[in-house]
Amino acid sequence: MSNVHVTTTINGDETEYVCRPDESLLDVLRDRLGISGSKEGCGTGDCGACSVTLDGRLVCACLVMGAEVAGHKIETIEGMADGEDLHPLQQKFLEHAALQCGICTPGFLIAAKSLLERNLDPTETEVRYWLAGNLCRCTGYDKIVRAVLDTAKDMRKAARKTSAKKSAKKGARHAA
Amino acid sequence: MRYEAPETIKEAVGLLTKARGQSRILAGGTDLMVQMRSGMIEPDLILDIKRIPGMRDIVAEKGGFRVGAAVSGAELGEHAKVSKMWPGVVEATELIGSTQIQGRATMVGNLCNASPAADSVPALIAVGATARIVGNKRTRDIPVETLAKGPGKTILAKGEFVSSVFLPKALPRTGSVYLRFIPRTEMDIAVVGSGVCLTLNPKGVVTRARVSLGAVAARALLVEEAADVLLGNKLNDDVLERLAAVASDAATPINDKRGTVDFRKQVAGVLTRRAALLAFQRAKG
Repeated sequence: MSNVHVTTTINGDETEYVCRPDESLLDVLRDRLGISGSKEGCGTGDCGACSVTLDGRLVCACLVMGAEVAGHKIETIEGMADGEDLHPLQQKFLEHAALQCGICTPGFLIAAKSLLERNLDPTETEVRYWLAGNLCRCTGYDKIVRAVLDTAKDMRKAARKTSAKKSAKKGARHAA
Repeated sequence: MRYEAPETIKEAVGLLTKARGQSRILAGGTDLMVQMRSGMIEPDLILDIKRIPGMRDIVAEKGGFRVGAAVSGAELGEHAKVSKMWPGVVEATELIGSTQIQGRATMVGNLCNASPAADSVPALIAVGATARIVGNKRTRDIPVETLAKGPGKTILAKGEFVSSVFLPKALPRTGSVYLRFIPRTEMDIAVVGSGVCLTLNPKGVVTRARVSLGAVAARALLVEEAADVLLGNKLNDDVLERLAAVASDAATPINDKRGTVDFRKQVAGVLTRRAALLAFQRAKG
């Protein structure tokens, strides 16, 4: 087995590692780099507990090879909060008690974040379909879906405020 | 085991030709990684084709589109022009797996994995798609229905791989559809799949038809008898009845945990009838 030397970007940090060609990105994250927020549920792409983004695209880290991500950008759950400040989705998951054992939670959060980056006004059906590849065996789906919809609502409100402020500033400039 | 990511087709073909033991192409990896983990395969060479120019591109060609072997389902679905021209193909590809799987899984991988139940394959067969095979001696384009030999087996020789699929230009008044039966709403493997593509004349008479069935034989079938029923006709009840009967007859499924022979034969007829009606509506615009 010939090892592969990889340089890639994980949560904004340039990272180097050596891995075997049969190792998944999930194995590399957890076992080589100690970035263990992404979980292994099934190891076959069915459960979504290892969800990460690869160049902004939602994928299962268990179905990506560690060897193939050289030069790409990976985002994991560790990059979601801004220091002590939780991402709005993380905050809402807490408020809605949208988790029980927590194994599926990093995957759900990453997947939901990926949805809201594309669509800040999803319907409940759209949320459920988007998250269909994330399994929760404590069966908390309703709370998860509600938390995502509630986050979207707040983020839309925040976006409106920002754009209102911007146009107010613009208006002020024009008036001056 | 070795991992290689060549940057040209020539280099890739050279590596595949020289390789000893088993070689596997890595595009989306959604089948490959699962097969490796389960111990089904233990390749000596993993050849990642994603660094070869063109593999991740969808390019307009002769009024149709050439889809690179490493274009993911999500990327295909986001391509407005392909979705408009061949909705059946895009819908079929988007049925494969979850959002996460869509971020990686490719149409060409679905084709080359050669599962009889592959969702995109009947849709590709129905629209008359061709697969481009690159290799040591020559490059050739073949009808997609001739690629698979049986479950997990293709006609690809050592040193060869599929670099792209070509979706031809859609004639005016053409509609494509893929429907599948699964016992739930999504995230499942087809019990039966049916792809239909129809072209109509201005009077609504079928002038061109292709029908394909998946999951009812060792590989996806091109059902010419079903197309013959449609040709020269409008879709009245009698024609649809005959279409369903012919599709059911063409199905030679097995009994397994997902469905019995009788059930699959019946559903092949029902789905083909529904797919033809929907394709007809789409063709009318």
